[in-house]
Amino acid sequence: MDLTVAHQFDDAEQQQEASTLGMWIFLATEILFFGGMFLGYTVYRAMYPHEFAAASSHLDVVLGTVNTAVLLCSSLTMALGVYSAQLGSRRMLALCLGLTMLLGAVFLGIKFYEYYQKYEEGLIPGSGFTWAGANPNQTSLFFVFYFIMTGMHALHMIIGLGLMTVLVLLTRRGRFTPSYYTPVELGGLYWHFVDIVWVFLFPLLYLIDRSS
Amino acid sequence: MSETVIQPRTYLSIWGVLLALLAVTVGVAYVHLAWLNPVVALSIAVIKAVIIMLYFMHLRNSPRLVWVFVGAGFAWLGIMFVLSLGDYLARQYLPKPTMWLP
Amino acid sequence: MSTMPVAIYTREHYLNASYGWKSWLLTRDHKRIGLLYLMSITFFFFLGGAFATMVRLELMTPKGDLFEAETYNKLFSMHGIVMVFLFLIPSIPAVLGNFLVPMMIGARDLAFPRLNLLSWYLYMIGGVFTLWAIVAGGVDTGWTFYTPYSSLFSNTHVVLTVLGIFVVGFSSILTGLNFIVTIHTMRAPGMTWFRMPLFLWSHYATAIIMVLATPVLAITLVLVGVERIWRVGIFDPAIGGDPILFQHLFWFYSHPAVYIMILPGMGVVSELITTHARKRIFGYSFVAFASLAIAFIGFLVWGHHMFVAGESQYASLMFSVLSFLVAIPSAIKVFNWTATLYKGSVSYDAPMLYAMGFIGLFTIGGLTGLFLATIAIDVHLHDTYFVVAHFHYIMVGGMVMAYLGGIHNWWPKISGRMYPEGWARLAAGIVFIGFNLTFFPQFVLGYLGMPRRYYAYADEFQVLNVMSTAGASILAVGYLLPMIYLIWSLKYGPEAGPNPWNATGLEWQTLSPPPPDNFEETPIVTEPAYNYGPDRRTSI
Repeated sequence: MDLTVAHQFDDAEQQQEASTLGMWIFLATEILFFGGMFLGYTVYRAMYPHEFAAASSHLDVVLGTVNTAVLLCSSLTMALGVYSAQLGSRRMLALCLGLTMLLGAVFLGIKFYEYYQKYEEGLIPGSGFTWAGANPNQTSLFFVFYFIMTGMHALHMIIGLGLMTVLVLLTRRGRFTPSYYTPVELGGLYWHFVDIVWVFLFPLLYLIDRSS
Repeated sequence: MSETVIQPRTYLSIWGVLLALLAVTVGVAYVHLAWLNPVVALSIAVIKAVIIMLYFMHLRNSPRLVWVFVGAGFAWLGIMFVLSLGDYLARQYLPKPTMWLP
Repeated sequence: MSTMPVAIYTREHYLNASYGWKSWLLTRDHKRIGLLYLMSITFFFFLGGAFATMVRLELMTPKGDLFEAETYNKLFSMHGIVMVFLFLIPSIPAVLGNFLVPMMIGARDLAFPRLNLLSWYLYMIGGVFTLWAIVAGGVDTGWTFYTPYSSLFSNTHVVLTVLGIFVVGFSSILTGLNFIVTIHTMRAPGMTWFRMPLFLWSHYATAIIMVLATPVLAITLVLVGVERIWRVGIFDPAIGGDPILFQHLFWFYSHPAVYIMILPGMGVVSELITTHARKRIFGYSFVAFASLAIAFIGFLVWGHHMFVAGESQYASLMFSVLSFLVAIPSAIKVFNWTATLYKGSVSYDAPMLYAMGFIGLFTIGGLTGLFLATIAIDVHLHDTYFVVAHFHYIMVGGMVMAYLGGIHNWWPKISGRMYPEGWARLAAGIVFIGFNLTFFPQFVLGYLGMPRRYYAYADEFQVLNVMSTAGASILAVGYLLPMIYLIWSLKYGPEAGPNPWNATGLEWQTLSPPPPDNFEETPIVTEPAYNYGPDRRTSI
């Protein structure tokens, strides 16, 4: 009896097929989850284009670009991790997972530094919000969405780091072989998804109107 | 799961393309293209997302059923956007109410 | 009548395979999880019913004399929230779906049993948060949480409630995910899509809705919570926010949610009609595709809740047309069930009575939906009791009847015992009479102009309101009876045997109660679904 096949499944192939399909369906739910925020953002950006453009230029485009690059690199290391698992190379897998986590942590560090910057500039929406330009209320809507969307994204990154930790622990215990590495594959899918969300967040939040 | 193992060389090429597209996105943002700016930015984002899905997420080698659910996720997002924004866009054609009597 | 039920006590089955708290609270058996859900949703059903009782008591008199206005607002809000999120949305999928989906496809369990258990725990945690909010004073926003009242002005426990619903939503998503993967990947050999019982098609369609719509509710509730906690004005018109945005986001989920609250019932009815008329369903593929069509088109109609909210007339026109369209697949199903009954060998057991009640009451509810989908009529009927009657005809006259019919139909399978048929028929009749007496007057009240969510009304509406309250008390009796005799049957009901209805369907080809792994060995399917009658087909 293959201990890696759960009892409700007939064989490893069915289990892998089901697990992968399940993870993709979960990611589809996440598309809708983030999608609601994107809709709200779109509506308000269409209503207040000037305020949103002005607000966007207060975001640090250098840090944003660096962060995007960091996440793209982490996706590379994650993909290489899956490759290592396919080859059965434990050390490489642990290394790739570790690098992915490191890059994720760098991303979060930069993000929280940006949040701190916003706090210093008085751009956190709520009673402490200070805006020297026109229409502070509508401008604050941009920052509301900025914080909610990047905050939700950061929360997903933190969960991702948790998943990676579990994967690293399982790797060190020798749980994965070339014929069973589904959790690594699924963890990779989740990680890449979180990267894709950022790929859309970055231009929408940071690059509204940089040409003026 | 891909029985086909994608080689690191492919992953590295994709990574290179992604970073190049990032550079383009940022660069183009500083060029004044009016309404084209968000179009270009989003188009590049879509291309990046598609590449990540096809190669990093192994969508290229995944069963058709997975494609269906990925498509469904985006299609439903599209439904939500199109019908909601349709309401907002169509409002400009409404006459502003003045009073009850004609 | 009551022979010594030896087999149930001596043979191993899912109920006696292990004992103790842990074996239930840490179970991975989909059948036990279904029963865990049965306990919980029964509790919430009666809680929601208690709120309804208080509402109907207040409405016996034209003046608001039983409760304060604020209290009344909380009563109808809690009634809606508990009934929708904690009873109806899980009901059939979580109880009957969990129990039957693996059995009907010939599997040992769902694809992800631990996720299934997690679903139940999320449901319980969300339920506890909601209960906590109720005990702490409740919410008065209506189950629809419209902004900016809910986010900025209400002085009630909005955050705690939306947190509870948020968590329950994830329970829903996981259940849907489990069903979709199970149906795609774990069907027994020979069980092609078009040999599946229609119960599975309905649950598949429901699962699609659960998975694609619920996340939008989740993010909407997050936005309301954020706005309340940090007072940042996402939907505050004073700072440029748009309350209509909330409504778009909210109804994008909540309209498909009402299809979550009817499609499983339709699946049950397909089974009840075929079993108790001993006849193949008329137009199998039409019914199957109609389920998918309802699920899909149901996502395109949400704006019909916003005709008078400030939605553009052009968008409203489009939503109105699409709302008419969504009625078509539902009608197809009603015609097909009726055609199935024709020349069937109908036995008027309780499940069949509930199914017939469903067909009639759902039809009325559905047709009145068309009235409301007509924009010019909706301008007058929106926020009146007509709407209340419309959705209760579908949710109570439809879904709850289907739920009760399903519980009765599969009770022998679940418990190994037969329920007392006489009492069950009586209860079904009482429910039918009580239901119509409660809700039909509300159509008239709404037409005459009585607004919903008001605790006082014009004097001339009193007679109809008293009729409605009287009906509600009869309905309550009808609901209490099954509680009593079903529990009674667990000890005193006769042993049912594997297939008391002589029905087709894999779940009836195994023992009652089923063994832990459902089947002695994996079944192999060679026949079409509902293979009743002398002209048994050998392929479809």
